[in-house]
Amino acid sequence: MSTTIVTLPDQSTARIPKMNYLSKENGLLSWLLTGDHKRIAILYLISISFFFFIGGALAGLIRLELLTPQSDLMATDTYNKIFSMHGIIMIFFFLVPSVPATLGNFLIPMMLGAKDLALPKVNLLSWYLYIAAGILALYAMITGGVDTGWTFTTPLSTHYVNTNVITTGMAIFIAGFSSIFTGLNFIVTIHKMRAPGMTWFRMPLFVWAHYATSILMVLGTPVLAIALVLVVLERTVGIGVFDPAKGGDPLLFQHLFWFYSHPAVYIMILPGMGVISEVISTFSRKRVFGYTAVAFSSVAIAVFGFFVWAHHMFIMGISNYSVLIFSLLTMLVAVPSAIKIFNWAFTLYKGSITFETPMLYAFGFMGLFTIGGMTGIFLGTSGVDIHLTETYFIVAHFHFVMVGGMLMAFLAGVHFWWPKMTGRMYPEKISQLAALVTFIGFNLTFFPQFILGTLGMPRRYASYPPEFQVLNVFSTAGATILGIGYLLPVLYLTWSLKYGEIAGNNPWQATGLEWQTQSPPLTENFVELPIMDHEAYDYEWLERQKEKEVASVG
Amino acid sequence: MSDSPVLTQDALEAAHHAHPPYQRHHFETMDQQNDATNFAMWLFLLTEIMFFGGLFTAYLILRNWYYPAFVAASHQLNVYWGSLNTLVLISSSFTMAMGVWCAETRRKSGLVLCLTLTFLLGLVFLGIKTIEYSEKIEKHHVPGFHYSLQSFLNPASDPAAAQYGDKPLALDMARKTELYFFLYFAMTGMHALHMIIGIAILGFMIFRARAGAYTTGHVTFVENFGLYWHFVDIIWIFLFPLLYLISRHQ
Amino acid sequence: MSDISPVLWQFLVKWLTNFALFPPEASRIAPQMDALYFFIVLVSLVGLTIVILLVTSFSILYSKKRHPVAVQIEGSTLLEATWTIIPLGLFLVMFVWGALIYFRVYTPPANAMNIYVVGKQWMWKAEHPGGQHEINALHVPINRPIQLTLISQDVFHSFSIPAFRVKREAIPGRYTSVWFEATTPGTYHLFCTQYCGTEHSHMIGEVVAMSPDDYKKWLASSTSGSSLAQNGERLFASLSCNACHNTRPDARGPSLANVYGSKLRLSTGQTITADDAYIREAILSPSQHITQGYAPIMPTYQGQISEDGVIALVEYIKNLNSDYRVQQTTTTTDLLPESEGKAAPAGQTSAGKGMVNQ
Repeated sequence: MSTTIVTLPDQSTARIPKMNYLSKENGLLSWLLTGDHKRIAILYLISISFFFFIGGALAGLIRLELLTPQSDLMATDTYNKIFSMHGIIMIFFFLVPSVPATLGNFLIPMMLGAKDLALPKVNLLSWYLYIAAGILALYAMITGGVDTGWTFTTPLSTHYVNTNVITTGMAIFIAGFSSIFTGLNFIVTIHKMRAPGMTWFRMPLFVWAHYATSILMVLGTPVLAIALVLVVLERTVGIGVFDPAKGGDPLLFQHLFWFYSHPAVYIMILPGMGVISEVISTFSRKRVFGYTAVAFSSVAIAVFGFFVWAHHMFIMGISNYSVLIFSLLTMLVAVPSAIKIFNWAFTLYKGSITFETPMLYAFGFMGLFTIGGMTGIFLGTSGVDIHLTETYFIVAHFHFVMVGGMLMAFLAGVHFWWPKMTGRMYPEKISQLAALVTFIGFNLTFFPQFILGTLGMPRRYASYPPEFQVLNVFSTAGATILGIGYLLPVLYLTWSLKYGEIAGNNPWQATGLEWQTQSPPLTENFVELPIMDHEAYDYEWLERQKEKEVASVG
Repeated sequence: MSDSPVLTQDALEAAHHAHPPYQRHHFETMDQQNDATNFAMWLFLLTEIMFFGGLFTAYLILRNWYYPAFVAASHQLNVYWGSLNTLVLISSSFTMAMGVWCAETRRKSGLVLCLTLTFLLGLVFLGIKTIEYSEKIEKHHVPGFHYSLQSFLNPASDPAAAQYGDKPLALDMARKTELYFFLYFAMTGMHALHMIIGIAILGFMIFRARAGAYTTGHVTFVENFGLYWHFVDIIWIFLFPLLYLISRHQ
Repeated sequence: MSDISPVLWQFLVKWLTNFALFPPEASRIAPQMDALYFFIVLVSLVGLTIVILLVTSFSILYSKKRHPVAVQIEGSTLLEATWTIIPLGLFLVMFVWGALIYFRVYTPPANAMNIYVVGKQWMWKAEHPGGQHEINALHVPINRPIQLTLISQDVFHSFSIPAFRVKREAIPGRYTSVWFEATTPGTYHLFCTQYCGTEHSHMIGEVVAMSPDDYKKWLASSTSGSSLAQNGERLFASLSCNACHNTRPDARGPSLANVYGSKLRLSTGQTITADDAYIREAILSPSQHITQGYAPIMPTYQGQISEDGVIALVEYIKNLNSDYRVQQTTTTTDLLPESEGKAAPAGQTSAGKGMVNQ
């Protein structure tokens, strides 16, 4: 590719640095007891991929069942368990930890010029909590599953189902603490571990996005935790504050649940936005257009994100006036997302653009997230929400944001930092193909669902009226393509671990501090404490550095 | 860009500055380490506030709905045990604060004494809580387990209720007292769980303090634990009036 | 063509014949909601087009081949203000427009005919004022505002009629309501859209919108013999409610004549409007709602009456008013040819009044 910016070292003499975080110690124990944020990130990457494919397999079963209008592949209660476990695994065991716990864990200390996160042991603890929670969730799934949906609506979850609600609830409770500790660690690191010269407004936007995410994690997750504790208690003793038959308030559960679960949506998308800022800047070789606006829009999303939860309850009989307020705030929280999209688009303006895989995923993100965001406006508009809520329109909307947005961003990030993490390049051509397949498969899967939803097809139906079949067939066909799109990266990324070309320090010519050290990095990240003497995304600084090095070598 | 500088083990060793043994490698200075861990503890306490916040919200809503039931049910709590427990807990906060001071001024025996006192006061608190819980069990005031409405339908038969001159509640309102006790057990139980965790850590700290771990200048752990202990204390300071005191004169 | 692949062919034919982007507009509110819906679709398309145009044109103009050296730009306050203010303005328009429609859907007009709907795992029960019961079906006349008062017996359900663009959650323990006015006769889908357990996807039914004449015929053919208010009256008597709620001077409970819709002063000093929800609460947890001047002696009926029974009682108490609702109910029952003779002498208005007055 003539336009590529990859400047790989001379491959005949290139080698992976002998000393790096992967080679420092060997053996299983050195991984299981590590405090190194990079190793923990790798542990997370492996474990969340595992859960992603379990959740993905469940999604496949859902789509297969929906191929025909009757519930013929499985009984309705099996279907209910499958979509519940799909939601629970994808949200709590994939999306919430996806970018923060893997890429965030790996990169935040490096981007800030620190040797590690502030609390390495807490970081390891949070991985163990995640694993314990994951095992508990799988155990619950194998021993009968749970069929409450991921929303655990009371009183259904507390008095009317006889599946593993308590086990699953505890699993999510533990996973929640894993997430709290990750967020807490990031906030402390960002406040206290910045290298000399790394002021707040010199931080990469990836870090800003994670800062906003962490605030949501730290303040939102405990509310979910207490809601789940109350559900578990109510199930155990048979009475509780959510039980309408005994005078409790089932809507209180909705309030507590969505107080976390709406901000959780931003936990799931903000880190992805951070990835996109880095990728777009790097591949257009230009600083992000309106850095401050993008940084503050992340924080604005985090702040407003806490005050829009009741838009999930527009038809649940909350007062008309709270509907007004929550609808208005929902409109306000949409604005920062619009700002980001346009700022990224204008980052391309007068850039010098190349189209490597991460950039393709980033373009995919921009398109799909725009659709996902705009359909969110449909739902935030209280009047239209009446018709569209609880239908496939909602399903399509949040899959556009979560899968079209976050998963695309996650894949962009994994490809972008793969050379840094492993020291080797992924194969470019096949990965570009995978990006394209994913994009096509995704649109075919989820776009028909917008129409289904508008036509009124309710979500969580194992069987549906036959006139909806054609669109469902499209959707299932798309899901098959999408599945291939997700399997490809696993194959070629694994292949590249051994056969990929040696990447060198900075194959993308990116400006972040993480690129100014060897790949894979040392356990301590940097040979000496870096000093940040330039703005973020300062490509002129990078040019000067190169000249200096050439001069000194010469 | 050149290849990464070739590093030798010696170069890396040399890069390590001389620093106290308790300074973790990834921190540049001791101040940075202390700042970071303190800040982390404050953030953790913030999450704890949100956690208890959910319970307080439930309490406030239901109290507002079923005011007479909440008043009558709170009369079943023993204010003397409650006040005594408050006193015990405040004293334990005092001994904890003294412990932090001892650690800062490197008084080993003082630290061990203070920690032991805090430990014991914590146990006393739990002991009194157990007495209170067993009273509830005897009177069948545990929600979900043969819950009895006797004290509310016929308060004259119950000295605790009679002492306040409670009027009998209607059946539907009397049933709501079960919600009060659900919240009572959920809130004090969650608080007691925090106490148990705290006491377990205290035991570990006493063990380490006797070996002189916290009196060599590195006191962050004791300070942070102190913050936790005071926080648990403060939660009680909110629980006590809400559950025991607020309806005494109704 | 059809011999290429019969399955594929069939599939395409099916798609093309059934293809629709939105469900039929069969209620008064549907075109209004669709107008807003398509306005937002339009704005979204314009927005999406702008983003796609920007990205593709910049990608072409400033690809590395054409534009080897990037020009570093800080940003532009003017541009950023533009794409902050324009979306904000558009979103606010949608907010106001949406709120107007929301208020319309959930504010029933005063002359609406009320039908009660009880959701339970996994069926919908509709109770018409004339005493007609339906399961998983709802028959309504066109061109007449219909108010649905919903409640659930167990878990959350949601009553959705896509063709009418209305949906409302049926919540355990409290009434919710929604209204619509059907405009086109036909049979439409009725869905439960809130996940409610194993047979959630079978909690579906049909809404039949009929011309007023057909509706009259349907009412006549599916009568159960007594109106909802009459059922309530029977229940009122069998539960001995009239032992206290009568108009004797020494009555222990307040008289219920004309209580519906009136403002009541409670013993706590609050003033409260006696609506459906209030009457339901007063039956199930009476001690929370003591009318001023009365002792809290009423026993609770929680666990003794089903939601259907409560509905019958509420309907009966409503009809102790002399307002239009009485009229409405009597006319629907009077429509019934054979009940006309029976119902008129024992007409619930006079009987009800009589009982209260005795």
